Amino acid sequence: MSKETVVARHPLDELFRADRFPHILCPGCGIGAAMHCLAQAMTESGIPLDRHVCVSGIGCSSRVPGYLNVDSYHTTHGRSIPFATGLALVRPDLEVTVFAGDGDLFAIGGNHFIHAARRNVDLNVICINNFNYGMTGGQAGPTTPFGAKATTAPFGNWERPFNLPYLASAVGAVFVARWTTLHVRQLKEAVRSVMKKKGFAFIEVLSPCPTGFGRPNGIGDGLEEMELYRERCVVDHKASLPDMDIDLRDKKRPIVLGNFLNLDRPHYQPGKIPQETSHG
Amino acid sequence: MSGDHACAEGSLAAGLGFFAGYPITPSTEIAEHLAIRLSQVGGTFAQMEDELGSMAAIVGASVAGARSMTATSGPGFSLMMENVGLAVMMEVPCVVVNVQRGSPSTGLPTAVGQADVMQARWGSHGDYAIVAYSPASPQEFFDLTLRAFDTADTYRVPVFLMADEVVGHMTERVVIPPASRITRVQRKRLPRLKGNGRFLSFHTNGKDLVPALAHAGEGYRAHFTSLTHDERGYPTNSPDVHDRLVRRLVNKIKLNAGRIVEAEEYRLKDAEVVVVAYGCMSRSARRAVDMAREKGIRAGLLRPVTLWPFPESRLRELDKGKKKKAFVVAELNLGQMAREVERCIGRPPATLTHAGGKVLEPEAVLEVLAEAGR
Repeated sequence: MSKETVVARHPLDELFRADRFPHILCPGCGIGAAMHCLAQAMTESGIPLDRHVCVSGIGCSSRVPGYLNVDSYHTTHGRSIPFATGLALVRPDLEVTVFAGDGDLFAIGGNHFIHAARRNVDLNVICINNFNYGMTGGQAGPTTPFGAKATTAPFGNWERPFNLPYLASAVGAVFVARWTTLHVRQLKEAVRSVMKKKGFAFIEVLSPCPTGFGRPNGIGDGLEEMELYRERCVVDHKASLPDMDIDLRDKKRPIVLGNFLNLDRPHYQPGKIPQETSHG
Repeated sequence: MSGDHACAEGSLAAGLGFFAGYPITPSTEIAEHLAIRLSQVGGTFAQMEDELGSMAAIVGASVAGARSMTATSGPGFSLMMENVGLAVMMEVPCVVVNVQRGSPSTGLPTAVGQADVMQARWGSHGDYAIVAYSPASPQEFFDLTLRAFDTADTYRVPVFLMADEVVGHMTERVVIPPASRITRVQRKRLPRLKGNGRFLSFHTNGKDLVPALAHAGEGYRAHFTSLTHDERGYPTNSPDVHDRLVRRLVNKIKLNAGRIVEAEEYRLKDAEVVVVAYGCMSRSARRAVDMAREKGIRAGLLRPVTLWPFPESRLRELDKGKKKKAFVVAELNLGQMAREVERCIGRPPATLTHAGGKVLEPEAVLEVLAEAGR
């Protein structure tokens, strides 16, 4: 018979606002696992927690900063990146992480994403990709697979989705990775490594949304989607980015994960005159 | 110096630390001037991808501790309304300049207008209150920009400078006081935390209604949200907390209106006809008042320097007395502030309106005021 043990302290107590719990996330949702990875990465980053800042937009994923016990800003829908840009430019000594969803960052906030990446603003951008708008109840978004069902695509989605790592690399991100909420060690390591890196880093996190996406698309609950990740994910750090489209419903198509890109480029520091580079 | 440059210099005199903007006529000179000047004084200039981003960036910069500003015109002002609401809700001080042009939509990009004055008051969704100044000369554009930062910091509110193309582009003498004579309001800040103590980031004492501000990176680990929030900054669905919060956001401006409102009075003492005009149109109206006086008409000018809060108690005072005065509103829109005057005096004023594109001449104002005074 199991015995209930009350633990006085958890290693991540310092990282969470216990007075905000219980959280709003549905059973089977992957956002909590990703949040845990972020919290662990913050702890292991070697950067004092008082120097960490977390910024988000609007949506389920964007609730995460509210649970983290760091300076946190839950802004307007799609505007986490420009808000974080202003903050990071004024306080370049702070470690600024944007944590938001695929709809927030790539539909309403898509323009800010591409320009912040182009400028190479020193931000860590973690995107929960659950293939739909979860907070509003499962509408189609910019990552919903072609043909997938959503409440605003009742006959199947007739738009082509973004391939986020390909997009991020094309517009100038200096670090690009994709993991899932099953791959918590790799995800935590990726987040930890970008906290040490200057410039615009992008990490896509595939995450189950059984309520909004899994059930209507025959994937099942959160556990079944994690099982699907376990069966179909392939780690290939050198994978060809243009070929990384995802369709969880297509059993033959592998889901490619990895740390795909890690470049060194001068990050955005307005006011600093760029050095002439020789083209010899 | 041009009005736009005077505004830029005024922001520097105020200690501007961060500017984000997007090019738009007729405000672009502010950004261009700051692109040179801001880095010279250790501040940061950022050109953003649009006005949505500009507004979000200055709110982010302000919570990081910098005095921050953006400048735009009507089309950009519309985009900024989203994050004006964010600044209102998070109570983040910032300054937004609108050098107004002919509108709606793209309208008259290079010509004057004053039709965004109601948008300044009501443009973002929901109940809230802000402060909006209306400069009438380059010197005043400098002075009011300087003051706008103090007002923003005092009340933790976005402050608008509702200039217009004529004031932005006209060149006049501007006196910039020596730095030693410029005093700045300090933001009310939370005391430095010792250890990992808890604090209430949106707590007020019930008197001045303005909570102390926690900047990023100072150990407060504060939470700011655009959602309705309690005194801890935590989201809540409570209708009572919501009502209390929104009332406080409105009341911190409304109940302090006596300290905020400014208006210039010109030859009003014995005036029987009161002309109400602001910005570029007040210059025409002032001349019209002089011309009327030469003809023996007792005219005067009330020039709201703050459009919001509107100098309504002064207007009501002016309307008191045995003999009802005539009121005339002259503005480059189809009667937006005339309606506000009507609200104060209880009857429609005479109006001289135009949709914009040119400043109406003193003779046109004189004609309406002479007719109104008859």
